Amino acid sequence: MDNALLRIEHIEKAYDEHGVIHDLNLVVEKGEVIVIIGPSGCGKSTLLRCINALEDIQGGQILLDGVPVKRDARNISAMRQKIGMVFQSYDLFPHKTVLDNITLAPIKVQKRTRKDAEEEAVALLDRVGLADRRDDYPRQLSGGQKQRVAIVRALSMHPEILLLDEITAALDPEMVREVLDVVLTLARSGITMLIVTHEMSFAQAIADRVIFLENGQIVEESRDPAKFFTEPETPRAKEFLRTFRYER
Amino acid sequence: MDPGVIKSYLPLYRDALLLTLRIGWQGVLLAFIIGFLCVTAIRFKVPVVRVIVKGYIELFRNTPLLVQLFFLYFALPKIGIRLSPEFCGSLGLGLLGGAYMAETFRSGLDNIPVIQQESAESLGMNRLQAFRYVILPQAVASSVPGFLANTIFLLKETSVFSTISLMDLMFTAKDLIGMYAKTIECLTLLVVFYLIMLLPVSILGSFVERRLRHAEYGD
Ligand SMILES: Nc1ncnc2c1ncn2[C@@H]1O[C@H](COP(=O)(O)OP(=O)(O)OP(=O)(O)O)[C@@H](O)[C@H]1O
Ligand SMILES: [Mg+2]
Repeated sequence: MDNALLRIEHIEKAYDEHGVIHDLNLVVEKGEVIVIIGPSGCGKSTLLRCINALEDIQGGQILLDGVPVKRDARNISAMRQKIGMVFQSYDLFPHKTVLDNITLAPIKVQKRTRKDAEEEAVALLDRVGLADRRDDYPRQLSGGQKQRVAIVRALSMHPEILLLDEITAALDPEMVREVLDVVLTLARSGITMLIVTHEMSFAQAIADRVIFLENGQIVEESRDPAKFFTEPETPRAKEFLRTFRYER
Repeated sequence: MDPGVIKSYLPLYRDALLLTLRIGWQGVLLAFIIGFLCVTAIRFKVPVVRVIVKGYIELFRNTPLLVQLFFLYFALPKIGIRLSPEFCGSLGLGLLGGAYMAETFRSGLDNIPVIQQESAESLGMNRLQAFRYVILPQAVASSVPGFLANTIFLLKETSVFSTISLMDLMFTAKDLIGMYAKTIECLTLLVVFYLIMLLPVSILGSFVERRLRHAEYGD
C-alpha cells in the first residue's frame, strides 16, 4: 500500500538528557485524519513539533512524500510549506491585519501576487465565516475567531498535511464549537490531518484512526474510534478515558 | 536678571544649540545604526563578531562618556589618528549610544514570544524572512519608548563636549560666565535652551508610549 504521505520511522527525541519520544513509528496516509490523545506531558506536542522540524530529533527519520524533513536542511522551507501547523496559544502576528496575516507567507515565501493571495484569503475567510473581519487586527478578535484565522493562514500555503495542537484548549467553552466545526469541514474535504485534542467526543466524530500516546510511545492504536472510545483494549487507555467521564 | 544681557547673548546660545543639535543627532543616528548592527550580530549568532559586540557593549556602558571622549580626542592623536572635535563628539556619542540602543533593542527582541518565530517558520519563512517581517516590526514598536529615553539621555550627555573645546551650550554658558560674570542670566538661558532641545523629544516619547499601550490593550 503506497498511499503513505508521512512516514515517521523509529524517531527518538530528548530534551537534554530527558527522553520524551522513544522509537516511535507512524505512517499517515493521504486523506487520513488521525487523532492523538494521551495524558499531559506524554509528548503529543513534541511529536507534532518534530514533524514540523521545530525540534531536532536524535534518532530515526521523518519522511514527507519520501523526502526527509530535517531542521537544518536546505529544503526545510519547501518542506514546511507542505506542513501546516496551528498551535494552542494564539500565534497570529499582532502587528498585521487578518488579511495580511494570511497573505504574508504566500506573497513573501511562495512569491504569489498580492491580488491572487488576497482573493484566496478572502474566499477562505468566507468559508470560516470571517470575511467581514479581514481588516481587523488580531487583538480585536475573540479566541475562537483567532484560531479560525490561524487555520486559514495555514491553509493558504496549500499544505499537504495539517497539524493541529490542542487548538481549542485555550478557548472559552462557547467558542470551542465554532472552531471544531471548521476542522470537521476540513476533514470532510479530504485534507490529511494530525490532531491533538482533549475534546473526546470531537475526536470520536472526526477520527479515521486514534492513537493513544503515553511516555512517548504509542500504547494503543485503533481504526475504529467508536470502539476505542467505548471499550479500549489496554488498561492504560481505559484509565485515561475514564478521567474524561463524570460518573457517580 | 538683565533683559538686555539676555537679548545680547541669544545669538551665541542659538549657535551653540545648533551645534549641539547637529552633533547630537549625528551621534544618535550613529547610535541607532551601531545598535541595530550589534543586535543583528547577536541574534544571528555571527561567530567571533558576536563576542566582540558583547565586549563592546559592556565596555561602553560601563565607562563615562567623558573618558571615551578623552580617548578619542587626546589618546588617538598619540598613535597618529587625529580627529576633529566635532567628529570626536559624534563618534563618542554614537559609540556610547550604540551600546545603549543595542541593549534596549535586544530586550525588545527578547520580549517577542518564541511562538511568533515558530509560526513564521512553520509557514515556510526562513530565518531572515521571519526576522524581517515578523520579529523586527514588533521589536521596534515595543522598543520605541526605550529608544526615545536613550535619545534624551544622549542629548543630555552632549554637555561634556565642552571638555574637548566644542562650543556647545555648556561651553558657551561657562565661557560667558567666565568673561562677564552674568551667572544667573547665563544659567537660566542654559536651562531654557536645553528644554528647547529636549522637551519635544520627551513629549513625543510619552505620546508614543500612550499609543503603544493603547495598541496592546485597547479595542
Ligand atoms: N523545550 C523543552 N525543554 C525541556 N523539556 C521539554 C520542552 N518541551 C517539552 N518538554 C518536556 O517534554 C515532555 C513532553 O512535553 P509535551 O509538551 O510534548 O507534552 P504534551 O503531551 O503535549 O502535554 P500537554 O497535554 O500538557 O500539552 C514533558 O515532560 C515536558 O516537560
Ligand atoms: Mg501539548
